[in-house]
Amino acid sequence: MPRNEPTEVTEEWDGGRSAKRRKAVRYAVPVAVAGVTAATIGLVPAFAGSGSPDLPKISAQDLIAKIAKSDVQQLSGTVQVTTDLGLPSLPGGMGGAGGFGGGPGGGEHGGSGASASPQSKLTELASGTHTLRVAADGPEKQRVSIVDKTADYTLIHNGKDVWAYDSGSNTAVHNTAREDARHGEHGKHHEGPKDLPNGLQNATPQELAKQALKAAGDTTAVTVGDTAKVAGRDAYQLVIKPKQSGSTVGSIRVAVDAANGVPLKFTLTPKSGGPAAIDVGYTSVDFAKPAANTFSFTPPKGAKVVDGDQQRAKAQREHGNDGKGAKGAMDRKGLKDFGGLNVIGKDWTSIAKIKGAGPGGKDQAAKGQAGKLLDSLGSKVTGSFGSGHLFSTRLVNALITDNGTIYVGAVDKQALLDAANAAK
Amino acid sequence: MSQAETVRRAPRRLWSLGLLRSEIGTTFRRWRTLALLAVLAGVPILVGVAIKIETGSRGPDGGDGGPAFISQVTNNGLFLVFTSLAVTLPFFLPMAIGVIAGDAIAGEANAGTLRYLLVAPAGRARLLFAKYATSMAFCLVGTLVVALSALVTGAALFPLGKVTLLSGTSISFGEGLLRALAIAGVVALSLLGVAALGLFISTLTNSGIAAMATTVGLLITVQILDTIPQLHAIQPYLFSHYWLSFADLLRDPVYWDQLQKNIGLQALYAVVFGSAAWARFTTRDITA
Repeated sequence: MPRNEPTEVTEEWDGGRSAKRRKAVRYAVPVAVAGVTAATIGLVPAFAGSGSPDLPKISAQDLIAKIAKSDVQQLSGTVQVTTDLGLPSLPGGMGGAGGFGGGPGGGEHGGSGASASPQSKLTELASGTHTLRVAADGPEKQRVSIVDKTADYTLIHNGKDVWAYDSGSNTAVHNTAREDARHGEHGKHHEGPKDLPNGLQNATPQELAKQALKAAGDTTAVTVGDTAKVAGRDAYQLVIKPKQSGSTVGSIRVAVDAANGVPLKFTLTPKSGGPAAIDVGYTSVDFAKPAANTFSFTPPKGAKVVDGDQQRAKAQREHGNDGKGAKGAMDRKGLKDFGGLNVIGKDWTSIAKIKGAGPGGKDQAAKGQAGKLLDSLGSKVTGSFGSGHLFSTRLVNALITDNGTIYVGAVDKQALLDAANAAK
Repeated sequence: MSQAETVRRAPRRLWSLGLLRSEIGTTFRRWRTLALLAVLAGVPILVGVAIKIETGSRGPDGGDGGPAFISQVTNNGLFLVFTSLAVTLPFFLPMAIGVIAGDAIAGEANAGTLRYLLVAPAGRARLLFAKYATSMAFCLVGTLVVALSALVTGAALFPLGKVTLLSGTSISFGEGLLRALAIAGVVALSLLGVAALGLFISTLTNSGIAAMATTVGLLITVQILDTIPQLHAIQPYLFSHYWLSFADLLRDPVYWDQLQKNIGLQALYAVVFGSAAWARFTTRDITA
């Protein structure tokens, strides 16, 4: 019965070239599949990225006006946040740009229940790539979820309630938005109470673009770059470049939806080159009204509920400072816990000078803990201001003098030293 | 070949099914397979009892240390299903698959039964397919065994009820069960890549032990590579990279991105290594 005989076997015994060829052809199948896949993975994003749609020309001013005029209140989408500040990875509460003076505060964050606090989540966003899912419906309803590997961190603002829910520790933090903050300086676009989800709200392209535009002045060159496709939508690109030489910022690109003026992507490239230091952009976006129940939250059964208002009041009593916010660039870096702050210089080259990190006793403790760390991380520098340690990242440089004064700015090292010498 | 093919076409479907049925029967009747399934069933019981004992003193608090979802288990026994799958997915499940798939061809060759199998009028490609289908069936059965054992343990030790999703939204228990079933399905699909890899390795050697050890060794290597941050460029192509994406089914709304990537990656592995196994198996000399 010839059909019972596997044909392959019989032909193999025949030997000859056909068997060899058959073998080669068969092995070519997996190789071809792998090759085609590799080519697809390699080429498709390249094509997608280079696709610059044909859009009518627009001036920089019109484009900024378009952003300002944009009145999109309802959207939902996925935001990818990639941060590469070149920060050394620091343990626990020391992470993030604001962490250097944060020794005592770090201990508190490590305590129970605090894992759901937005601040500690913020430090996580300061490095690596994160996925955020955002939804908004007017000024009163927003929702941000940070997608973690097997957990979600959700922040829901609905009217005067702000809920933060951390599924990893099953903890919900409730805060009440204060009236004055809700109708504060940012007007209707303000997303939540000022000192709570700050930074999380700033992670939306809208808010970042606005901050960048605010910093523009005669020190800034604003142009319109190539068009681009972001999250499947045609977009103009606003290119913002500092004219001041001391700045570490190379350029900021803001992709703006050509149809409705919503900023879709924010990219900050440092002057030193390399990959973007901050890259925040929608990977998908939908301008339809999100379902109403998106913004409702009741703490699930069994979850630990923390009253954030009470906790904050307690913390303020302990620390004795009211956490007045620093302006502009500093605002983004969570440096607001410091007392005695003043800003040297202006716009791109502004440098924050912080005299001591709060009350004396706390300062001493922080120094003792961090003393060794300072030596291992920073390079020692001296000048007419005395001596100190210089810490540098790709974007932000910081100088901590031996008498405890801190200079921080998105400026190069020399500018920082000059400022310290001048301010002595 | 084309002539033989046309003659063979009619009885093909029947034969393939019969072969598959006999393969599945043989595999699941083996003591080794039953022992593997018993181990898989034991893991959720172990985890459940450990959590139960721990809760007596003080509930497992920090979600940072333990495996995924563990903090939720005391509130809802259904979460033991998710915890158990998250615990077994990195090693136990793929290891069991590695044993089954690695043994598929090489084991027969080792025992000297491969050529007798090929005497049956079924052709090599069909035998290979039957073997792969058996491995796939084991993926599903293994996952379901873990999930069912976890469900029973969870129901016995902890309260059941409304299910809290990762986003803090609550859904009914019935819907929670549906999601659990979907997750089990996704986990089973996640293992197809390893199964194909194991089958390919199995065609390379005549020693069952060598094939199993290589498969499991590769599995461990890939898992280690996946944790080294410096290798982030290649990590999206490792078959285990998106395994934990099954958790995305517990978000509200469901986050499909990673799930799609995971299934796509598994399909790619299945096609590449499946066809490599076919190329190897149909052209090699069967000596044992």
